[in-house]
Amino acid sequence: MSLSRRDMLKAQAAAVAAAAANIVIPAAAQPVAQGIGTLEIKWSKAPCRFCGTGCGVMVGVKGGKVVATHGDTLAEVNRGLNCIKGYFLSKIMYGGDRLTTPLMRKKNGVYDKNGEFTPVSWDEAFGVMADRLKAVLKAKGPTAVGMFGSGQWTIWEGYAATKLMRAGFRSNNLDPNARHCMASAAFAFMRTFGADEPMGCYDDFEAADAFVLWGSNMAEMHPILWTRLTDRRLSHPHVKVAVLSTFTHRSSDLADIPIVFKPGADLAILNYIANHIITTGRVNKDFVKNHTTFVKGVTDIGYGLRSDHPLEMKAKGTANPAATEPIDFDAYAKFVKDYTLEKVSALTGVERGFLQELAELYADPSRKVMSLWTMGCNQHVRGVWANQLIYNIHLLTGKIAEPGNSPFSLTGQPSACGTAREVGTFAHRLPADMAVANPEHRKHTEEIWHVPHGLIPPKPGYHAVEQDRMLRDGKLNFYWIQVNNNLQAAPNNTQETYPGYRNPDNFIVVSDAYPTVTALAADVILPAAMWVEKEGAYGNAERRTHFWRQLVNAPGEARSDLWQMMEFSKRFTTDEMWPAEILEANPNYRGKTLFDVLFKNGNVDRYAASEIPAEYENQESKAFGFYVQKGLFEEYATFGRGHGHDLGPFDLYHETRGLRWPVVENRETRWRYREGLDPYVKPGRGVEFYGQPDGRAKIIAVPYEPPAESPDKEYDIWLVTGRVLEHWHSGSMTMRVPELFRAFPGAVCFMHAEDARVRGINQGAEIRLASRRGEIRIRVDIRGRNRMPRGVVFVPWFDASELINKTTLDATDPISKQTDFKKCAVKITAV
Amino acid sequence: MRGQNYCRLNPWARPLLGAVLSGCVILLSGAIYAQNAPQGAPQIVPRVTGNADPMSDPPVPPIPRPITDDRRVMRNYPEQPPVIPHSIDNYQLTLRTNRCLDCHSRQHTEASGAPMISVTHFTDRDGQVLADVTPRRYFCTICHVTQTNVKPLVPNTFQDMLLIRDPKR
Repeated sequence: MSLSRRDMLKAQAAAVAAAAANIVIPAAAQPVAQGIGTLEIKWSKAPCRFCGTGCGVMVGVKGGKVVATHGDTLAEVNRGLNCIKGYFLSKIMYGGDRLTTPLMRKKNGVYDKNGEFTPVSWDEAFGVMADRLKAVLKAKGPTAVGMFGSGQWTIWEGYAATKLMRAGFRSNNLDPNARHCMASAAFAFMRTFGADEPMGCYDDFEAADAFVLWGSNMAEMHPILWTRLTDRRLSHPHVKVAVLSTFTHRSSDLADIPIVFKPGADLAILNYIANHIITTGRVNKDFVKNHTTFVKGVTDIGYGLRSDHPLEMKAKGTANPAATEPIDFDAYAKFVKDYTLEKVSALTGVERGFLQELAELYADPSRKVMSLWTMGCNQHVRGVWANQLIYNIHLLTGKIAEPGNSPFSLTGQPSACGTAREVGTFAHRLPADMAVANPEHRKHTEEIWHVPHGLIPPKPGYHAVEQDRMLRDGKLNFYWIQVNNNLQAAPNNTQETYPGYRNPDNFIVVSDAYPTVTALAADVILPAAMWVEKEGAYGNAERRTHFWRQLVNAPGEARSDLWQMMEFSKRFTTDEMWPAEILEANPNYRGKTLFDVLFKNGNVDRYAASEIPAEYENQESKAFGFYVQKGLFEEYATFGRGHGHDLGPFDLYHETRGLRWPVVENRETRWRYREGLDPYVKPGRGVEFYGQPDGRAKIIAVPYEPPAESPDKEYDIWLVTGRVLEHWHSGSMTMRVPELFRAFPGAVCFMHAEDARVRGINQGAEIRLASRRGEIRIRVDIRGRNRMPRGVVFVPWFDASELINKTTLDATDPISKQTDFKKCAVKITAV
Repeated sequence: MRGQNYCRLNPWARPLLGAVLSGCVILLSGAIYAQNAPQGAPQIVPRVTGNADPMSDPPVPPIPRPITDDRRVMRNYPEQPPVIPHSIDNYQLTLRTNRCLDCHSRQHTEASGAPMISVTHFTDRDGQVLADVTPRRYFCTICHVTQTNVKPLVPNTFQDMLLIRDPKR
């Protein structure tokens, strides 16, 4: 065989590349010569594993492995695009340290809280777990049992969890990590509209004339939605973009109106805009008269800290922070009158001209406005208020529930809406916007679940931050964490979370695909199947429910969270778990396992595993003998059908790229509350906010109140935490993808050059960043992508070796109980 | 001006040495990794799993430097957006200016020697081909990232599609 010089060059270059990628390619490889069969890849659809945008991806499988992924051109959300994380989905399951066997802390061959992690069988792991759970129940009752779930649970996993916890173990101590990210948004929806989740959808991006970002860096956190917004802005020069933040970031690069305000001052800006709309006579009077009512909220509501904290003792409105009383338009107008341009400019540090330009975007009746927000609004000690104040200005102008006029709450997790909110895995919720405190709702739930009345406990359980406090205090003793990395994510983890997990009275179980810092702080680690290693369903931020098939098998002994919960439920009988009086009244439930009554109840086991196409695996259905996912979904869907939360039939979702609920007669709903667009609006009403009994949305009068902790002489600088484009959440998946790791290999502290200089700190120097609660070491970046104002630093939380949440404050919104991760005081010194 | 530096491909010794070395490093790190993780016990790799004592306060390595060798890196699969083999520090990528396109747009590649943006980048949301880069692809850094000179924390066992034989065939 003779090779030309060019061939030699090519072969050498290929060998270099191949060696770098640790693969071996024959020098003269010509794959087609071996037949087209060797080139074929099986492509299937799936939603992306990461953020709440919910992009469609095509997943390529060859020989039982995912070998490629790309944006799904048929997916309406992203039409063929993916962000850098989405493009590397193909590598997230193949980190070299995947967990493949259950592990338990053991000493001398038996479980010991201070022992070493030792591989055990599923049988042994479940055996010890069941013994501990039963012992805790016997000693302290159901309130000592808890579970911390996730907005990354598939819909049926969240649904199985809520059944197992509430009806099986009879505990409402079930909360998702979505509490840290979405709770304020969800509470605000319920308070303003009486129904959760946005009225609009992503189609608003192509219809709006202005976009206002309230505390969201979409360019990095929702990149594909940012491409839609960018497309609209650059294609149509009349479109304006306003970006509000406490520092300048990549989204600011597209802004016509870039605004940097003092932390917490957004509340004042929102009330100023309302005042501007009223004083310049641009209230949409017909809309306000026909579709809204006015209320005034309780003030001085505290900061959701432990009740003995001085700030809580001092606050006057902590007894019922969610209370409101009716007022009228005039009283509301008088209330916001205080928020003058001069006053708000001084309070926020924003130039008057920018504030006026911003207010005009909303006030101008000819301009369609889409407001977008994420953690800046939600992770806020007044997060519910901030969300509601945005609705106020859309309601005052009638710019809502029609294409392009859209207050839009974005989500950070792939199923924060679909699982955490719609299934209702919060400590106070049940499916389809129902609440555990409502006896009618509990009764209805028990009926659908085919379980006896009186089983679901009426008292809401511990929310996320409260769970950590109760673990530390020894009141919550059996705790199961699934699909999240809460030791890294939770605020003030030095004082609350970590001592809680290591409290000798407590037994902590973590289900995860990788050894995270949370897993390593647990007592039992269960290896989890992830993403396309199981059949799944997510619900994204625009009410789109989308499904995927199991495409590959999980490695080793790893099993899905769904299998883990269902299999574990076989270890408990109703006689052990349910009160005697309930069994006496319902003797036919005696002598059954929780698996029998919760999952083999005639609903969930209704569909045969043979319905699953032969080309796809389905490990759960194989294990339990029926089509588990379909049974769970169809039982769950009965909660919402017929009253505004309708989900379509199961099989339809496998055929489509997702559908936005309510799905009525197989048709999705893009805009809710508007006649002609939403089948639930009664003819002749025009607009109807039917979540509220009177069909009217509530405009609320609430003031600016200061953050829980502000810089002082000693702790003299604001700390804001968040994310970066390349890593998702705690980085447990993205840090294991070499290209993503190399792109952003460690957290840094973004800081203003002058702030660094006065402390004697240079670019790249190592510093000690300390708060009253804890401290970390980290490197300073004064030239990075985030451009900080004086007095504010930003640290992302993806880095397990630099746990920034050691320093954050566990202050929460007193209404939503969501932590404010954006505002606390720290000091910075050179190491 | 950036571009493929053809001179660099000529002396084969350098890339070959690099290939051999990087191969060794990969094998070596794999071996170390396997050694430290006996019997499926969880491996503690501080930067990715957290420290053995999660509340400890270890020193932080210096911020790694971006790779600036201008050498194209093989893609993991054809659809992967290529990584950026040069520094983009202080590049302006704003409403009014896009520094990346100064070299990578069709009309500038001849002068710059840089690869032209992919033809997919001319297609709008409705599948129509435009005269220049589509506004939806304007912000390059959504998909294209620089790399730093650090070793992966843990090996990734992702396999190249050309090396996988479908057992069913």
